Amino acid sequence: MRITCPHCGERDRREFTYQGDALALNRPAVDAGTAAWDDYLHNRDNPAGDTRDLWYHDPCGTWIAVDRNTVTHAITGSTPVAKVTS
Amino acid sequence: MGYSGFKVIKEGLFGQKGWKPVWRDPEPKSEYDVIIIGGGGHGLSTAYYLAKEHGITNVAVLEKGYLGGGNVGRNTTIVRANYMLPGNSEFYSHSLKLWEGMEQDLNYNTMMSQRGIMMLCHSDGQRDLFARRGNAMINQGDDAELLDVEGVRREAPFLDFNNTRFPIYGGLMHRRGGTARHDAVAWGYARGADQRGVDLIQNCEVTGIDIAGGKVTGVQTTRGAIRAKKVAIVTAGRSGQVAAMAGLRLPIESHVLQAFVSEGLKPILPGVISFGMGHFYISQSDKGGLVFGGDLDFYSSYAARGNLPMKEHVMEAAMTLMPMIGKARVLRSWGGIMDMTPDGSPIIDKTDTEGLFIDCGWCYGGFKAVPGSGFSFAHLMATGNHHEPAAQFRLDRFRTGRGLMDEEGTGSQHNLH
Repeated sequence: MRITCPHCGERDRREFTYQGDALALNRPAVDAGTAAWDDYLHNRDNPAGDTRDLWYHDPCGTWIAVDRNTVTHAITGSTPVAKVTS
Repeated sequence: MGYSGFKVIKEGLFGQKGWKPVWRDPEPKSEYDVIIIGGGGHGLSTAYYLAKEHGITNVAVLEKGYLGGGNVGRNTTIVRANYMLPGNSEFYSHSLKLWEGMEQDLNYNTMMSQRGIMMLCHSDGQRDLFARRGNAMINQGDDAELLDVEGVRREAPFLDFNNTRFPIYGGLMHRRGGTARHDAVAWGYARGADQRGVDLIQNCEVTGIDIAGGKVTGVQTTRGAIRAKKVAIVTAGRSGQVAAMAGLRLPIESHVLQAFVSEGLKPILPGVISFGMGHFYISQSDKGGLVFGGDLDFYSSYAARGNLPMKEHVMEAAMTLMPMIGKARVLRSWGGIMDMTPDGSPIIDKTDTEGLFIDCGWCYGGFKAVPGSGFSFAHLMATGNHHEPAAQFRLDRFRTGRGLMDEEGTGSQHNLH
């Protein structure tokens, strides 16, 4: 698997650390309630197909939202997290 | 049709013409008391124990492919009860006892071989941890034996004892652990369930779960609609998709776990050896292949194949532990889809929909749980009450934070187990 870093280009998977579903970017408010926090921390759509998850590119220190297919391992997009959240 | 040594000899003498199909291939009926979605190890054992322990035989197991074609047919076949935490400990203890009686119970040779599992330690701290784990296992009524270096050497003289990074300090031996023939476990339970009247329906994919007024009423399948009072989801790595048909989001991510088999060799391994610090474990099948594996690839995946970095990591760990393995050649490798929960422990529970039950989240340890999971899940569905050894496997423990079972002590969070 090769992942595209928006700054460094296509790189070997070994250079990246996986964090998990990009849902982690949508942190609920402190008082959002148990259900919202349960969904944020634990429950997952867990799609067999297109997903967006967070990877960290170790050499350049960029958090990246990667669009990826969980069945084919094809990677279709990669955006710096800073641009997703801004 | 019963199996015996006499039958094998008789068939050998008369051209093997007397063997018959082991289970029927029925058309689905329009209604059952219980539908089990998923014809893997856990689904088949659930059907078996529903029939045997509770007399519930109007049951269908719906399998989208063929029986035992998923993880139960592709795993590293290890059976053990060496857990430490309350909740897990009593469950795996019960499951191991069922393993010990399985062949007599099923009249089926599952090649259960209690050749022992030895977990290696490489520091004083890890040895202390193993002493504690061993005591927990003994308190549960299972067996554990703390080995010193010489004890390990007697079992496995070929290990690299003086490795600079991971010198071997000792090990925790669990002699009642071992391996079994994975396919035979699925086939044995399938046969036992079929003999008691359960319909095993293959090539039948569930495409929808029917719910009316908060109650489950049946399922839609590629072979038509089937009504049922109770529906069980036992679909391992695909749990998320099946649960979504009932509007349920699960605390599960599906990850890929790879495993490897070498060419067939003469017997060289005494039992299962686990090198936890290197994320590596190995045993030898009765056919002679070295069966080994390591950690998850650590990204969500349904590809049923892994990537090169973890393959390299596993091979490096193998060479670190037992350099002689460098002379063996890898025959094949594969990847399985693991239903990973945040705390690394499973779920056997009711859902908010009446009559809908779920058994999932076995992470990378589902094989040894096949008998216990089926037994406890059948008990829950038949009686409405949680079976005591599996009473802690609650779906709501993540939401409430009560009763989390984080065996590794790494935190109850996705991607840490």
